[in-house]
Amino acid sequence: MTGETDDPERARRFRDAALPHLDEVYTLARYLLRDSADAEDAVQECYLRALKHFGTFHGGAIRPWLFAILRNVCKTAFARRGFGGAEPAEDAVPVWCETPETPEAQVLRSRDAETIRAMVSALPDAFREAIVLREINGLAYREIAEIVGAPVGTVMSRLARAFDAARRMAGGGGGER
Amino acid sequence: MTCDEATVLLHALLDGELDAGHAREVEAHVANCPRCAVDVRQFRQMRQAMSAAALGFAAPAALRGRIEAAIPAPATLTSILPASVAAAAPSRRVLLKGFALGAALSAAAATGIVFLMQGADQEQQILDDVVSAHLRSLQAGHLTDVPSSDRHTVKPWFNGRLAVAPPVVDLAAQGFTLLGGRLDYIDGKPVAAIVYRRRAHVINLFVAPATGVDRGGARHETVQGFNVRRWAGQGLRFIAISDIGADELEELGTRIEAAVRAGA
Repeated sequence: MTGETDDPERARRFRDAALPHLDEVYTLARYLLRDSADAEDAVQECYLRALKHFGTFHGGAIRPWLFAILRNVCKTAFARRGFGGAEPAEDAVPVWCETPETPEAQVLRSRDAETIRAMVSALPDAFREAIVLREINGLAYREIAEIVGAPVGTVMSRLARAFDAARRMAGGGGGER
Repeated sequence: MTCDEATVLLHALLDGELDAGHAREVEAHVANCPRCAVDVRQFRQMRQAMSAAALGFAAPAALRGRIEAAIPAPATLTSILPASVAAAAPSRRVLLKGFALGAALSAAAATGIVFLMQGADQEQQILDDVVSAHLRSLQAGHLTDVPSSDRHTVKPWFNGRLAVAPPVVDLAAQGFTLLGGRLDYIDGKPVAAIVYRRRAHVINLFVAPATGVDRGGARHETVQGFNVRRWAGQGLRFIAISDIGADELEELGTRIEAAVRAGA
């Protein structure tokens, strides 16, 4: 480690700013990588990188910054095993291919967390990422756009497709389209 | 507006991300298109189901420990200086370091709040207890003694268990789901813990009788990575702790303060 990370003041500021978001970073990692051991490794690497580069963080919201670092970690180190691997381009995957049809008409309403988690986890990378950042981590579209490096309009359409795919999985309507 | 356009934009509408002009257009389309109206209803339900379910994951304690170990240990005297102070006034923080009066006092001075020095140790003890109680509550089966989202169930449960009747405020409309209540101990005394959830985050609100040193003004601190908001009023002291953002904890605090003032 360099002398930079040994600065106790900086370490303390990093601790106060970044540690409260550990659960959220871990949550994103769990959904992106779909594996708890990989998620732990990625989050640890994310925090080490974040600490190392904390000098380049110029205030503002720290969550998007942490999420962006985590995303890079997932994309590079874990590409083969999960997130960011060789998946067809999102436009090439018709969302209805994902869907085991069920007779249930009720869309998600009374479903337990496990079922919804599984449903989100089954979404393709780009959709899964968008829906987790938005609906679970609660980021604004603009923040998501910055993290994933895409225009806000793309984020919007990914969310639309994510919800559409999830609804089909839940056996909800919209299938006639 | 066509259905294709509305199909994408209605999500932005539901997420509150649409400007007023587009929002009116989408709403006008949905009002006249039964198919899109079904979409709006179903997607709204899905969002509600997602926000009502705890979809987040808690980082394993071992991971937290490894990360904490990787961060150079802070100088103990400055370890609990609030993050807000550090971010807002770095130069002042450096000055304060020189005084080395003890972290609690430095923090208090930096935020313009002065309390008696002998109170500082006890304050630190209370904060430590609060964090411990919060962490304990997050373990399976420890969160609530009375699990209920109905304040009329939670509030009476404390009758006869505590010397005070803690206010239980329903903030579901503001996105804070009431999970229930619990009896806990802070500084060796029984206190009420009211448990809320926002998205995947648990918030413990501890309520105890006010003591002599309590001041009315709210104080924010970051302790061991958790945000803490403390305030007093109506003869009670309140300590809210969570890993949600300080701004969100502030929102919860001000709403509860207002409700308590109004006689909740």
